[in-house]
Amino acid sequence: MSITATPDAAPDDGPAPDAGPVRKPPLRKPAVRKRLVPYWLLLPGILWLLIFFAAPLIYQASTSVQTGSLEAGFKVTWHFQTYWDALTEYYPHFLRSVLYAATATALCLLLGYPLAYLIAFRAGRWRNLVMILVIAPFFTSFLIRTLAWKTILADSGPVVGALNSLHILDVTSYLGITEGQRVLATPLAVVCGLTYNFLPFMILPLYTSLERIDPRLHEAAGDLYARPITIFRKVTFPLSMPGVVAGTLLTFIPAAGDYINAELLGSTDQKMIGNVIQSQFLRVLDYPTAAALSFILMAAILTMVTVYIRKSGTEDLV
Amino acid sequence: MEARHGPESLSPPQIAAMRRSMTSGRMALTRRSLLRAGGAGAVAVGGLGALGGCGIPPAGRTEADNASDDHSAEEKRLAFSNWTEYMDTGKGGRHPTLDAFQRRTGIKVKYTEDINDNVEFFGKIKPQLAAGQDTGRDLICVTDWLAARMIRLGWIQPLDPAQLPHAYTNLAKPFRTPDWDPGRAHSYPWTGIPAVIAYNKKATGGRKVTSVSQLLDDPKLKGRVGLLTEMRDTVGLTLLDMGKNPETVTADDYDAAIARLQKASDRGQVRRFTGNDYTGDLTKGDIAACMAWAGDLIQLQSDNPEIEFAIPDAGYMTATDNLLVPSKARHKRNAERLIDYFYEPKVAAKIAAYINYVCPVDGVREELAKIDKALADNPLILPDEEMAAKSHSFRSLSSKEEAAFEDKFAKLTGA
Repeated sequence: MSITATPDAAPDDGPAPDAGPVRKPPLRKPAVRKRLVPYWLLLPGILWLLIFFAAPLIYQASTSVQTGSLEAGFKVTWHFQTYWDALTEYYPHFLRSVLYAATATALCLLLGYPLAYLIAFRAGRWRNLVMILVIAPFFTSFLIRTLAWKTILADSGPVVGALNSLHILDVTSYLGITEGQRVLATPLAVVCGLTYNFLPFMILPLYTSLERIDPRLHEAAGDLYARPITIFRKVTFPLSMPGVVAGTLLTFIPAAGDYINAELLGSTDQKMIGNVIQSQFLRVLDYPTAAALSFILMAAILTMVTVYIRKSGTEDLV
Repeated sequence: MEARHGPESLSPPQIAAMRRSMTSGRMALTRRSLLRAGGAGAVAVGGLGALGGCGIPPAGRTEADNASDDHSAEEKRLAFSNWTEYMDTGKGGRHPTLDAFQRRTGIKVKYTEDINDNVEFFGKIKPQLAAGQDTGRDLICVTDWLAARMIRLGWIQPLDPAQLPHAYTNLAKPFRTPDWDPGRAHSYPWTGIPAVIAYNKKATGGRKVTSVSQLLDDPKLKGRVGLLTEMRDTVGLTLLDMGKNPETVTADDYDAAIARLQKASDRGQVRRFTGNDYTGDLTKGDIAACMAWAGDLIQLQSDNPEIEFAIPDAGYMTATDNLLVPSKARHKRNAERLIDYFYEPKVAAKIAAYINYVCPVDGVREELAKIDKALADNPLILPDEEMAAKSHSFRSLSSKEEAAFEDKFAKLTGA
């Protein structure tokens, strides 16, 4: 139709200068450019992912199927046996990691939900202050915070003293989560450390989703003769599910891969899969096994998370 | 009224808002993330071809590779990486001996305390050294087994004895011929690190702990014993206790020692395997007795009089931290001058007085006595003959042995 739509004008940078007065401007070029804009905007993010996520991942995947030694170098031999060996050798560590991380996540939810609820609905003018208190531990390093637990739970400290005189440690020892008259260097200490360190990751998303709930929904439910427990069950909790799911994921995933808590607060029987990966990579210098273990951990977490999201996902909610 | 509190009773904008919060909030990750994962899977399958192309080249290099152009003459500086708390420190974090070196020679030392752990430091500098590149460091200080590994890999430049007159003359006899660097061609020791037994008198109820057997068997110490994550110290002390010599350890000896430690660990005798962090546990009494490094003990004893140490009759282990010039370092000549400077007894005494580890320099006793008589008489800094006779070191291992030994030890520590 218009002159500018002829093929020779198409590869041009824009409409020809004399195309100004034409009533119908050429649609194709700006449309293409418009369509490309999102991709240009995505480019930095994609590059970042490629360089810092995809490339290391491929490198690790390659390492996991190599064989060799530091001196002779490692060559890709498609030795998938490494995966099987790693799994049969270290499955107790995997199970322990999942168990500890799941327990810590459940504890975080039990502790974090009431607190997030309180901040969202009851804190009033204290809301900001309480939020700051939740985030405050982040101002010190992860390591220092974990080390502080060694002082808190010291054998001769007040906490263990009190637990001892109440004979609580006798019960926990019987259950196998502590040992003798101590808390440190036992499963209980590791789970406590994990819970403490990841609690804010639970509270923040919970708070965000609870805070979005319109309080009028509570009033409406009350007007319809719902008891408080029913209101919580039918209104508040379902609406906070996005926060619950996000919070459990943000807690469980890093907790399952953590090794600091097991290293500092645990003993030989509490080592998690992160400790094994660290020791295989740095001490034994068995890079293929370390890489294979990392991939098994990733696959296991991905599977669990997928199932979890399916079970509690948006499908039921919308 | 319906019992269900569904969204039907809400106004359209409210329903829209709720939908929005669920589909574009965090929950939106559901399906999309699965798709994305699927996509990543597809990419991974396509990338399998690329995987085959990867590989890690042999890490070893030849002597010719690591000779570097020396820029010492025109660049009056060098970079020295060391452990924390391993150099005398004065006001404002300055290091008086390094300042004095600069005043005398005009060479400025960029001193960095970036070594916290041998294995981590190795992981950090490995990529550059394996690729034959400069690490930006002219002098590093690592423990003997790592020094042995790096020399074995050809990552360390040989030193020129002609440039090291003081070091050559003053190097104390026990340190002269390690089996991993005959004649000290590549390395000079910075300190000796005795691994001995330490205990907290209050926590043991006044009992003395004097042998590794007692650490591993005494029921009074159950659950309150600390061992070291440093394989050669823990296994070495155990070997000595079993009457075996770590200088000639065989695979069978090693397995026997691991089995002995495993038995104690299974019985719940051992509380933890620790690095330097045993110091806090020992001071608090959570650990009643442990294997410990002598240099820490002098500091611990001055803070807490309950801490005692014992030299086992069966002998103790001495490791060394060693000064090395990595390959491709730009200022080797300057680094050699600094090493030689550290071997002047006056300078060595100043550093020994500050860091409290065994000083490998002859003639330092008189100089140290001038600074502090008590330190000069302390066998943990300058071992007397009787003590020196009990000192042992772990034989150097081939890379295959090392991997096997470390793997067994890692299993013992639970990882």
